[in-house]
Amino acid sequence: MSQSDVIIVGGGPSGVAAAIAMRKAGVGKITLLERERYLGGATRHCSHSPFGMLEFGRVYLGAAYGRRLEQEIAKHDIDLRYGHSVARLGEDGELLVSNPDGLQTLSAKRVLVTTGVRETTRAARLVSGDRPIGVVTTGTLQSYVAFHNMMPFRRPVIVGSELVTLSAVWTCLSHGARPVAVLEPSSHSIAPAPLSWFPSLMGVPFHHDAQVVDILGCGRVEAVRIKRGDIVETIECDGVLFSGGFTPEASLFLTSGLAVDWGSAGPAVDQDGRCENPRYFAAGNVLRAVETGGWAFREGRAIGTALAADLLGNPAKAAPTKVTYDDPIKLVVPNLLRSGSALPGGLKDFQLRFQRRTKGTLSLSIDGREVWRRNATWRPESRIIVPRPNNSTGAQRVHFSFREEE
Amino acid sequence: MNAQSQLSGSERFDVAIIGAGVVGCAVARRFALAGAKVILIEKGSDILSGASKANSAILHTGFDAPKGSLELALVQAGRQEYLDIHQAMNLPLVETSALVCAWTPDDALKLEGIAEQGRQNGVDRLRLLTSAEARTVEPGLAGNLVAALHVLDEHVIDPWSAPLAYVNQAIALGATVLRQCEVRAGAFDGEWRLETNQGDIRSKWVVNAAGLFGDHVDARLGFQSEFQIKPRKGQFVVLDKAASRQLKTIILPVPNEITKGVVICPTAFGNILVGPTAEEQDDRIRATVEHDTLEALVTHGSKLVPGLAHIPVTAVYAGLRPATEKKEYRVIHRAEHNAITLGGIRSTGLSSALGLAQHALKLHGGADRGEFVSKAAPKVSMPNLTESRPRDWQAENHGDIVCHCELVTRREIEATLSSPLPPGDFGGLRRRTRAGMGRCQGFYCNAKLAEISKGCLATPLAVDQEDGK
Repeated sequence: MSQSDVIIVGGGPSGVAAAIAMRKAGVGKITLLERERYLGGATRHCSHSPFGMLEFGRVYLGAAYGRRLEQEIAKHDIDLRYGHSVARLGEDGELLVSNPDGLQTLSAKRVLVTTGVRETTRAARLVSGDRPIGVVTTGTLQSYVAFHNMMPFRRPVIVGSELVTLSAVWTCLSHGARPVAVLEPSSHSIAPAPLSWFPSLMGVPFHHDAQVVDILGCGRVEAVRIKRGDIVETIECDGVLFSGGFTPEASLFLTSGLAVDWGSAGPAVDQDGRCENPRYFAAGNVLRAVETGGWAFREGRAIGTALAADLLGNPAKAAPTKVTYDDPIKLVVPNLLRSGSALPGGLKDFQLRFQRRTKGTLSLSIDGREVWRRNATWRPESRIIVPRPNNSTGAQRVHFSFREEE
Repeated sequence: MNAQSQLSGSERFDVAIIGAGVVGCAVARRFALAGAKVILIEKGSDILSGASKANSAILHTGFDAPKGSLELALVQAGRQEYLDIHQAMNLPLVETSALVCAWTPDDALKLEGIAEQGRQNGVDRLRLLTSAEARTVEPGLAGNLVAALHVLDEHVIDPWSAPLAYVNQAIALGATVLRQCEVRAGAFDGEWRLETNQGDIRSKWVVNAAGLFGDHVDARLGFQSEFQIKPRKGQFVVLDKAASRQLKTIILPVPNEITKGVVICPTAFGNILVGPTAEEQDDRIRATVEHDTLEALVTHGSKLVPGLAHIPVTAVYAGLRPATEKKEYRVIHRAEHNAITLGGIRSTGLSSALGLAQHALKLHGGADRGEFVSKAAPKVSMPNLTESRPRDWQAENHGDIVCHCELVTRREIEATLSSPLPPGDFGGLRRRTRAGMGRCQGFYCNAKLAEISKGCLATPLAVDQEDGK
């Protein structure tokens, strides 16, 4: 069994950025495991989005961005292995890995997990109805288009109103499909205006306060019943696309018994991106849903830098303290804090999300003393950044409170 | 060899079996082993398209079956035969055991009676446990448990590979399997002539294993149906494989008159199931899931096993059980018409199928009369899909993993597409390989599956490209 200094699981933007950052910081053997045959992760099939502005100073479309990552990593001495799928994370840094030749165990002094996100499925949303062919997520649609030149439907109903929803609408329209309607269950579009006007501008009706209450079809989708206020109506369509509702792809943590934060649904991490088990680190969208490729890249670089410092001299010894927060705050990252010497890199800010749209005062207190507050209207998928005070890591209690306005 | 053969008008079968659910598949195997020339006729685009596609996958002991009933005898005979053949067929047996859990003092009082019934049914390995003892067996149970009955021999199997193994063995013995073939009418004049959408089928005997359409098929065969199917829907939620760390044992409620109730059950694939509900309905095809019910099942699971809270839902499904106006199996032998109806096989069908098959052969009597020459069982070995034993992704040179959630290899998918009975639809592909059954429900692999399965499935995953760009 060969041992690496660091194994990275997942070759998306954060994994690649971390690998390069760690190499530059002087980490010896770095192994990057990617289950597909290319780098880029989710950016690879997003043919729409501009990527790369922040990290490379120019714009790339999905697949080209992945190729740029491949060029970048080739400049460094990194043991990059495609077709390697990690099945289990061991407590002591031993990974059970499947590759086309068979099964192997790899081990490392530190493991960085950068497995990204997936969208919430129809099943996980507990949507009523039949279970016909043609019910997919945006990622599925985009991989149909990007890798196989196929389409799963022609006249879908699209659920959601996140940025990815707009991408789904665009993918449909540019590949010969015409969405019948876009439905958002809550009272507001999650994507802000003017982006949220996009479906209507393209002639696709957008309804808020609208949800799919029934899916009909024996073989393929034939119709959906939707509820708008008190009105239930039937819309004929040949597919349903559930967009967004991203959730961290943290299955490896869950199935391996490593600590997961129930708010973010990703691994619990401290200010350095270090997990409860200090052999493990995590970065990028597996920490929380969902950020851009550029964000994930920079986060990977920052956590890679911290990991390198941890490995090369300052391993964590302290037990972590948990960051606490009130409803309706959905998540706080980092959700753990460890005292000890300050490492370079890591997470300099707290990232928050709300469960729902609300108005009120958000405040941060450290050991009972308020250090930050802001009154605003908070939207569920918007990024909220609170600078992390230096004394947050030695504190007994770090708490985000929220006072909702009537 | 492909089982989906064309009918030639002159061919005459010894036995025509209508319905390729788990019962039909087992009956086909039993008659084929006995040496009969068998045809298995399925209306759906694949086997297991009706009631058999959705169940809790428990191999029952019969501890709670009605004393002296045919159901009890056949569950126990079927179970025994499964235990005898599963290793040779590479079918799993997950020795979970079950706990009948009493959550109220009233329910606890019933446990002794249930244990007594179990012993009378010949199920000996039963233990009455205090709450503390039960939680030693299953530490995941909630603290408000009052008492439990431990049924050590209740197990879990793979509910789809087993019937597929049965039908594969029948095929290896020369049986014909027709899918998308619906029996419209039948006439008996010393032998049967079945009128189907694929032409007429001539057979000496007919076995009606049509499940949810058992009464309709009896009527089409010209019989006054002796029962009426009253579909009973069961909804399930399947929790992420992470849940298997929280529970190893089947958790049964103290049963009431109508149903065994909602169980929380490990699957052979490493998930946890919560379900089924029991909802009467008239529709025999549509089995819809309903948001509020699914949510209630999720809540129920985490109430009884608190560690299940926060575990994501991987899949939801619903199935229909072919219940009738009576609780018992409706086995009807019409000797003067060379016909056997196996009707009203509800929740226990997976356990009793092999027993029902033995019973049907006995009722037929042909083997006893020496009409057939029994054949040696050909070797049938199923690909393992369960977590407890090695799978293809762990083997050398598997090529590629297509479905990462369920770790399904390209080699497995290609093998099933070129097998004697390849999947007829996407459900069949999922049941044979587990591809797309995992937590992402195809976020990653659905498009690849669409490519690989192009031209193979009744309803293709991708729509026609012609009108697109």
